Amino acid sequence: MLFAQMKKYVLDLKVNTKTHLHENYVLLKFTTQNGEQLPDMLPGQFVEVRIDGSPTTFLRRPISINYIDKKSNELWLLIQLVGAGTRQLAMAEPGNIVNMILPLGNSFTFPENKRNKLLLIGGGVGIAPMLYLGQTLKNKGYTPSFLLGARSIRDILQLKEFKSLGETYITTEDGSLGERGYVTQHSVLQKIHFDYIYTCGPKPMMMAVAKYARNNNICCEVSLENMMACGIGACLCCVENTIEGHVCVCKEGPIFNINRLSWQI
Amino acid sequence: MANLNVEIGNLRLKNPVMTASGTFGYGEEFADFIDLSRLGGILVKGTTLHHREGNPYPRMAETPAGMLNAVGLQNKGVNYFAETIYPRIRTIDTNIIVNVSGSTVEDYIATAERIAQLEQIPAIELNISCPNVKEGGMAFGTSCKSASKVVKAVRKVYPKTLIVKLSPNVTDITEIARAVEAEGADSVSLINTLLGMAINAKTRRPMLSTVTGGLSGACVKPVALRMVWQTCKTVKIPVIGLGGIMNAMDAVEFLLAGATAIQIGTANFIDPQITIKVIDGINAYLEEQGCDDIKDIIGGLIY
Repeated sequence: MLFAQMKKYVLDLKVNTKTHLHENYVLLKFTTQNGEQLPDMLPGQFVEVRIDGSPTTFLRRPISINYIDKKSNELWLLIQLVGAGTRQLAMAEPGNIVNMILPLGNSFTFPENKRNKLLLIGGGVGIAPMLYLGQTLKNKGYTPSFLLGARSIRDILQLKEFKSLGETYITTEDGSLGERGYVTQHSVLQKIHFDYIYTCGPKPMMMAVAKYARNNNICCEVSLENMMACGIGACLCCVENTIEGHVCVCKEGPIFNINRLSWQI
Repeated sequence: MANLNVEIGNLRLKNPVMTASGTFGYGEEFADFIDLSRLGGILVKGTTLHHREGNPYPRMAETPAGMLNAVGLQNKGVNYFAETIYPRIRTIDTNIIVNVSGSTVEDYIATAERIAQLEQIPAIELNISCPNVKEGGMAFGTSCKSASKVVKAVRKVYPKTLIVKLSPNVTDITEIARAVEAEGADSVSLINTLLGMAINAKTRRPMLSTVTGGLSGACVKPVALRMVWQTCKTVKIPVIGLGGIMNAMDAVEFLLAGATAIQIGTANFIDPQITIKVIDGINAYLEEQGCDDIKDIIGGLIY
């Protein structure tokens, strides 16, 4: 097989709408310029966004796909403003054009048994890919539940959307919404035995989730966000240590079954 | 359309635009974005005798107008290349050139011998300039004596076009170029990355697992251009220029400085279609200048 993965495109997409979720998060909804259908994209995949107009930003920024709205032909990106690159991207206004390479990476996988209990755990901006994953699972006939964690009530993003897709549990570090503490301390984990956990968030959180999953014999997939340059498996910068050695997160990930990783958990 | 053909040793290139090793995978990674057969050549990922895992993560740090990398020649070894990758890419209608690296002279010889058996590989680029490996690599390329030694040894076993990739991390790159020319190199390519480093002041830690790494991207272009110009005046063999080429005008500057061909590296990460834009842009420049042959501008710097 010469080129086994999904066909990738370099596209100029138009900003349709922009919403400040609060001062650190912006939701940008993109569509094609000419009304053409967006390429197929899978939950867990990401896009590489070119950042124009920031003198200190040289490389593209990998951003996970937050949601694909098929009806309105929109790609949603949830941007956390962390550095010069993401701040510049968040300055895009409706009508502006943003260049992207997409779709990149693999995707989450789906269990055979549609009656399996699935828990999607997102921490901070790591909730982003969980929305599209949740919608996809629901469309396929699964019943996903969500566990969202953040520092405080104002950092819990897109709650309405998650609630519309399934049971949604919440932890905040300050107790301002849901249970106080970290996601792994939520009481639902004591009450329900889940068969499958998907998670995305800060690495310490994902490692804690992975440890919980391993100790309880739960299948678990994590979404990694190692620093990358090319996003297409050419530069070999974003490698993760796995049981097969170094592999590119951008090409063989970003989604990994925890059994494939060399995490000490 | 102007005539863009150039020659490097026995190599015929349909145009002077090639891709730099380590920035273009094995070409396949870019097949969704461009017609690979339009390229003058593809320099595939650095290949060593044995499998190498490369350096630990983190291996990359962004810098103003550039990036540092410390990949450390991760590859599955020359036999894997010959048996698994080569059959997939051999039919791409361009010059597929293998970048060969090693820790010892014997490694270089054995790897070059194996590549020489591959019919559709018309040339190798001998990497004596990788800054990211503990043994070999740049150590060979930073003294005339060791550079001569490895080139002499490989020249004996490798009959096809032999390109030697030079390190900029030397006092005088033209001395090294002269030394490898004297040992029978058909061409030199320069520059490999400049040794650099980056620090996270908040954590007080280096940004790269190896502390230092190779700097590439737009920021290195003036240094590369100067070294290419100096080397072109010094050696008779064709020079391949690279370092920070981000667009067609950058490429033209290297040609004017005397480079017979150019390689595009880090720019592939930002625009996977940049190579084609550069080919078209060079052609447009030639037409604008009233030239019908690329050779009219090679070394055409007026000073």
